[in-house]
Amino acid sequence: MIRELTIISGKGGCGKTTIASSFASLARNHVIVDADVDAADMHILLQPEIRRKEVFHGLNIARKNDDLCINCGKCYENCRYGAFDPDNTLHPEKCEGCAVCELVCPVNAIRMVERTAGEAYISDTRFGPLVHARLHAGEEATGKLVALVRERAREVAEEKGKDLIIIDGPPGTGCTVIASLTGVHLVLVIIEPTLSGIHDAERVLDVADHFHIPAVACINKFDINLENTRKIEDFCRERGVEIVGRIPYDETATRAMMSERTVVEFSDGALSGKLREIWEKVEERLKGIGG
Amino acid sequence: MKITVASGKGGTGKTTIAVNLALSVEDAMLIDCDVEGPNSHIFFKEPMVKLKDVSIPTPRFDLDICTYCGKCSDFCQYNAISVVQDKLLFFEELCHGCGGCRIICPVNAISEEEHIIGTIEKGGEEELPLYHGRLNIGEPFGVPIIRELKGLAGERPITIFDSPPGTACPAVETMRDVDFCILVTEPTPFGLHDLKLSVDVIREIGTPFGVIVNRDGIGDDRVESYCERENIPLLARIPNDLEIARLYSEGIPMVKGIPRYEEMFRELFERIRGLVR
Repeated sequence: MIRELTIISGKGGCGKTTIASSFASLARNHVIVDADVDAADMHILLQPEIRRKEVFHGLNIARKNDDLCINCGKCYENCRYGAFDPDNTLHPEKCEGCAVCELVCPVNAIRMVERTAGEAYISDTRFGPLVHARLHAGEEATGKLVALVRERAREVAEEKGKDLIIIDGPPGTGCTVIASLTGVHLVLVIIEPTLSGIHDAERVLDVADHFHIPAVACINKFDINLENTRKIEDFCRERGVEIVGRIPYDETATRAMMSERTVVEFSDGALSGKLREIWEKVEERLKGIGG
Repeated sequence: MKITVASGKGGTGKTTIAVNLALSVEDAMLIDCDVEGPNSHIFFKEPMVKLKDVSIPTPRFDLDICTYCGKCSDFCQYNAISVVQDKLLFFEELCHGCGGCRIICPVNAISEEEHIIGTIEKGGEEELPLYHGRLNIGEPFGVPIIRELKGLAGERPITIFDSPPGTACPAVETMRDVDFCILVTEPTPFGLHDLKLSVDVIREIGTPFGVIVNRDGIGDDRVESYCERENIPLLARIPNDLEIARLYSEGIPMVKGIPRYEEMFRELFERIRGLVR
C-alpha cells in the first residue's frame, strides 16, 4: 500500500520545506512531491536531475478577433470576471477560462485557445524520485497542477515499488492546499509559536478536519515564545491532535539552507537528532494507518 | 496612492511591513488581501467586525425540467457538473460562478443562487482603518473576496495592501492596479529563488516595484547582487533582530515596540513616493 503524507502550516515560512527535505533524506522507500507549485523551493536543496518533463495546459483562454467583432456588447455583459471593458476590449490577464464569452458571441469572434500554464517534472535526486512543477508567471488553475504532480507521484511510486509519498505543501487554505491534502493518509501541521502562526495553523487544521484527514502537529522554534507554545499544546490537546515534536530555534536550519543541503545531511547536531526523532514518530503513525 | 506588499515565499515579513508602514504614515488605510490566512488584525487590539458576506452565483437544477442532455456538464470548464444517464451531480466547491450552464441549458432548468464563500470584516483603529477577508474553510477560490476588498480602497488617501504569498492568481489580483509594489524577501537561496519568480510576475503586470530585504544578516548578499544586476531599487534592509521576532510573536507592531523604526518606515514611504513620481 502506498501511503501519502502532506506537510503544511497555513502560514508560510514556518519551516515546511526544511522539515520535509529532512524527512526526504531519512525515509527509505519513497517519492517526494513539491506541491508548493507557485513558489517551489525543494529543488534548491535536492538538485534534481530532470528525467521527464510535461507541459501543463491549465484552463483555456479567450482570444478575440476584432475584425469579426460587431460590438454587440454580449461578451462584456456576460463576463463575470471583468475581462471585457464596456467597449468590448478583452483583457486576457483577467480571463478565468469559463468560455461564456465564446458561448454568447453571435459572430464567433471569440475562441477559447489552449495555453501553456506551466511544466511538471519527474526527477531523480540523491534521496529518490522527486515530482515537482513550475507554474508560469501569474497563471491560474494552480490546484489542478498540484493534482497533476500528485498523480504522477503515485504512478512513479507504483512503477518503482515505493510505499510512501512525502508531499511538501503550499501555504494558505485554498485550492492548492485542498489539492495537496485530499485523500492523503496523514497531515503534519508545522506550527510556529507566534500569534499568526497559531491563527493560520488552526485554520489549516480546520481544512484537514473538513476533508476528514487525520492530523498531527509539530511546533517549530518552540522556544521563541513559550507562552504561545503552551497555547498550541492546549488547543492541540482539545482537538485531539498529537504533537509529534518540539523543535528549538536553531541557526543550523539557515546554515544548511545556505549550503543548499538538508539539515540532516548538513549536520549531526541536536537539530538533526530532533528531526530524526520526529520522523520516526511520523513513520510509526503512518504504519498504523490501514488501507 | 496604493501600495501592495507582496512576496513569493511565505513568512518573509509581508504583514510586518504592511502593518508598520501603514502605522507610520498619516492618512492611511490597510487592506489585508491574504484571505486564506489574514494576519494583520493580530496587531490591533480592536476585534474585527463583520461587514458583509461575499458570495458567488452558483446554479440550482430543477430536476423536474432537466432532460439530462449533458450540455451543462460538457460546457463547464471547471468540471463542476457531471451528468451520467439520468443522474446529475454538482460539485459546488469547483464552481467559479460563471453562469455558463444557465445560458447553455436548452430547457431553462437552471437558475442561480448566491453561495457564500467568505466574509469581509472591518477593524483596526481610529487613525488606521483595517479591512480583511476570510475565505471559508473548504472553499478553494479566494479571488472574488480579494476583488471586493480592493474595491474598498479610497477611504483614505493612502492604501496599503497586504498580499497573499506566491505568484498565482490571488497574489496577482493583489499586485495589479496599484501604484507600487514592495517585494519582501530574505537573503537566503529560497528567498532569492522566490523573489525571481515574483519579479517575473510583477514585470508582466507592469506595476513599478522595489525590494526590501528582511532578516538582513542571516544569509549572504546574493539578493542584493541580483537586484543590482536587474536594476531593481533596494528600498530597505531590516536587520535580523530577535527583539523584532519577539514583538511579532506577541502581536505587537515593531514601530510601537521599537519607536526608532518608525523613521525607517517614513523614509521608505518617501522613497516610494519619489519612485512613483
